[in-house]
Amino acid sequence: MELTLWTYEGPPHVGAMRVATSMRDVHYVLHAPQGDTYADLLFTMIERRDRRPPVTYTTFQARDLGGDTAELVKATIREAVERFRPAALLVGESCTAELIQDQPGSLAQGMGLPVPLVPLELPAYSKKENWGASETFYQLVRALLLPLAPPPGAARPAPAPGRRPRANLLGPSALGFRCRDDVREVRALLASVGVDVHVVAPEGASPDDLRRLPEADFNVCLYPEVALATCRWLERTFRMPVVTTVPIGVGATRDFLAEVGRVAGVDVSAALDGEPSRLPWYSRSVDATYLTGKRVFIFADATHALAAARIATEELGFTVVGLGTYSREFAREIRAATAAYGVEPLVADDYLLVEQRIAEAAPELVLGTQMERHIAKRLGIPCAVISGPFHVQDVPARHSPQMGWEGANVIFDTWVHPLMMGLEEHLLRMFREDFEFHDDAAPSHLGPGARAAAPAVAGGAPAAEAPVAAPAAATAVAEGPAAPAWAPDAERELGRIPFFVRGKARRNTERYAAERGVATITVDTLYEAKAHYAR
Amino acid sequence: MSAPVLEPPAGCAAAPRDLPVLRERGQREVFCGLTSIVWLHRKLQDAFFLVVGSRTCAHLVQSAAGVMIFAEPRFATAILQDRDLAGMADCNEELDRVVMRLLERRPDITTLFLVGSCPSEVIKLDLAKAAERLTLAQRGRVRILNYSGSGIETTFTQGEDLCLKAMLPACPAPPPGARTLLVAGTLADVVEDQLARLCTELGIGPVHFFPPRRATALPPVGEGTFVLLAQPFLNETARALVARGATLLEAPYPFGAEGTRAWLRAAADTWGVPADRFESAVAAPLARARRALEPLRRRLEGRRVTFLPDSQLEVPLARFLARECGMTLVEVGTPYLDRQLMQAELPLLPAGVRLSEGQHLERQLDRVRADRPDLTVCGLGLANPLEAEGLRTKWSIELVFTPVHGFDQAADLAELFARPLDRRDRLRV
Repeated sequence: MELTLWTYEGPPHVGAMRVATSMRDVHYVLHAPQGDTYADLLFTMIERRDRRPPVTYTTFQARDLGGDTAELVKATIREAVERFRPAALLVGESCTAELIQDQPGSLAQGMGLPVPLVPLELPAYSKKENWGASETFYQLVRALLLPLAPPPGAARPAPAPGRRPRANLLGPSALGFRCRDDVREVRALLASVGVDVHVVAPEGASPDDLRRLPEADFNVCLYPEVALATCRWLERTFRMPVVTTVPIGVGATRDFLAEVGRVAGVDVSAALDGEPSRLPWYSRSVDATYLTGKRVFIFADATHALAAARIATEELGFTVVGLGTYSREFAREIRAATAAYGVEPLVADDYLLVEQRIAEAAPELVLGTQMERHIAKRLGIPCAVISGPFHVQDVPARHSPQMGWEGANVIFDTWVHPLMMGLEEHLLRMFREDFEFHDDAAPSHLGPGARAAAPAVAGGAPAAEAPVAAPAAATAVAEGPAAPAWAPDAERELGRIPFFVRGKARRNTERYAAERGVATITVDTLYEAKAHYAR
Repeated sequence: MSAPVLEPPAGCAAAPRDLPVLRERGQREVFCGLTSIVWLHRKLQDAFFLVVGSRTCAHLVQSAAGVMIFAEPRFATAILQDRDLAGMADCNEELDRVVMRLLERRPDITTLFLVGSCPSEVIKLDLAKAAERLTLAQRGRVRILNYSGSGIETTFTQGEDLCLKAMLPACPAPPPGARTLLVAGTLADVVEDQLARLCTELGIGPVHFFPPRRATALPPVGEGTFVLLAQPFLNETARALVARGATLLEAPYPFGAEGTRAWLRAAADTWGVPADRFESAVAAPLARARRALEPLRRRLEGRRVTFLPDSQLEVPLARFLARECGMTLVEVGTPYLDRQLMQAELPLLPAGVRLSEGQHLERQLDRVRADRPDLTVCGLGLANPLEAEGLRTKWSIELVFTPVHGFDQAADLAELFARPLDRRDRLRV
């Protein structure tokens, strides 16, 4: 058993729902008890979708368990096919149905349905949402395309002469972060190098569109969490090359175009000339100097976490002090990246652990999911959301992609906005006890609202709620048997250090004092420790 | 037992048992009982709710809780994994480990609910026995109780019903000869205070509320306890209270001015409060409620409303909308119709109302599309799709998360239904 307060991902059948909801003419019959229909609201509320997910639930009850739940499954399938007349049918089960072992997929196979059928086996007690989405997309593509597969070893037919290169964009899906806007940007990027988009899937695609996938020259794997397995299968089976660079950030967008150029055999140099994004100049402008070395903590799905780490270091001049993901499937990539940034990898889906790590790292900016937004709010740290899971406010009405040149512009604005402006930050450092510029005041361009009020805003939690992570300082003091004491004036001086580095300063000073057998920390000890750790 | 205070409307003499009900089976678009945790954990401030279930359960509770992310919520899920199911790990040992870890973190918790789920029911994990074992192990520091919020047995609000029932055995017996009023069903604190003040004025008391604000402050229950249900979904709790010797007072539920008046009157009659004293005590709040309702009635009158099954509040709310706001009821759907608990409500519904119990979602939506009511009260999964079809909706979940009981909330309750219509009238897009 695993104790969980908040979960980053839903169960794997929710991943299957994301694929079904993305597509046209696909229906999903889900063997599930009452209550599992909650998942509908993720789509209709968070994404404001104007249609119900194309899912029919069997809604079995306790009294059915003694009887014939298999018959209930078959009746539900019959009725759903009759009513919705889908072009492809997914049949699967949620966690409870898995336990009663009706095997709805096999039942459906025995029914002689007049529709292509994809039975789904998504182990609910070991796998999660993104895996479920990936597996569903793969099984669906495979089921529809296997009959069309060329014999092994056959060469790919050459494209008709004079035809422009074509690419499929794979991975955009319901409840994926900013997929709608990313697709528009990537279309524009490809158009700028003379490449046409053939099929986008799963979002907006029909089963017939999936059958047309091999007509393209190559696949672009936009969201590896959802599409990498499918891209690799198409590569093996139809010899379709895959572009794997995810174009988030200026550098990655340039790399993406270079890779497209290699794969499609087109000259992309014109598209790379000049500066199509404003990010590089904004970042080089003197106004942005204050961003230098800002300590940033990143936790997200693997794709967005990796992209964010690169942008943070190479394009904004931040320092990455934490990098992690809840996507265990991509733990290796994250570990490789953290080695390069010199930080410990955090591969976990334990919300409390993530919160503890953020508190310890004392970053100046958190880039994360909705969970990290809440953590950051509580800790009084600025935050931007860069990945799912997300709330309704992360589905903006305006065009706000993450990918491509415009995506880089959006990212610059989104990440810099929550921070204290340059001059304001200097004033804060100079006049630490100023009655208006002080730690507990929010950045002035973000309107009124003191930091101290943040926990209440986070959900009206009464004071009785214990803080999750004890302040690092308190634990440090409690740990060492010979923990040095703070002289009152030193304690006061510590209070003048900006809040986001105060915890670290306290720890370092105490460590410095303990190592030297200093019993009482004075103002001098504080500054000696500062000089010692400055390096 | 007092005579009913409210007269059935003219032209409607339908005795409850004669009322035709459309019973349907099929896909249900209703939460399971786990969802009750979302408000129960705010009410019982020293209790923790541990769902023993799957990742789906954890995802459901957090999705239903929406943006309410607390520092550390007082609910969590012990997620069953492959090794638990394959017998590689002993589920009971695992549960003990998780509970110990949890209680170590939270010394402020006095009551822990182990909440059963669909998977824990199907694998027949005995949570009652686990609760006993763990209570012993805690040596009185923490009381551990259990109930089921599983979707195969409970809908949405039945979770509260079973939670309250699970607390009953721990309620003390009242002193012999004492007469107390027990108000059962979660109410907003502000509503509790209003109702308590009214009872004091009427000389009704002592009054206890169930659930209490702290799980350690359980009300006495036994002979001499008179029970007024504040929520219409407490079937099992009501039966268990009666089995403990309590007397259930029959009354409509305290929604709207006349509902609240009739509800209070049931207690007043039991306490022998003279009619003139009753009338003078309720006169001011009653007049206030009617005055506040007046402008809303003008906005709602004649509008047609359909309830899709959700919280089991549907019948009393439909009664309120029909009688006090002048709305026309098209269909009143409810997950489960308990005729005993609705005895005072059903005769107050207008004649010919289409009552439905259970759900076959597609067929019910077909009826909504054919009826095209001005307002459809439904769950969050259906609201935007219906809006996109040009039908105005009211999210039903707001009805359990908002103070809507009592005189001074009557207009707030009506306003919840008026707002979507008002919005339609304002928008030019």
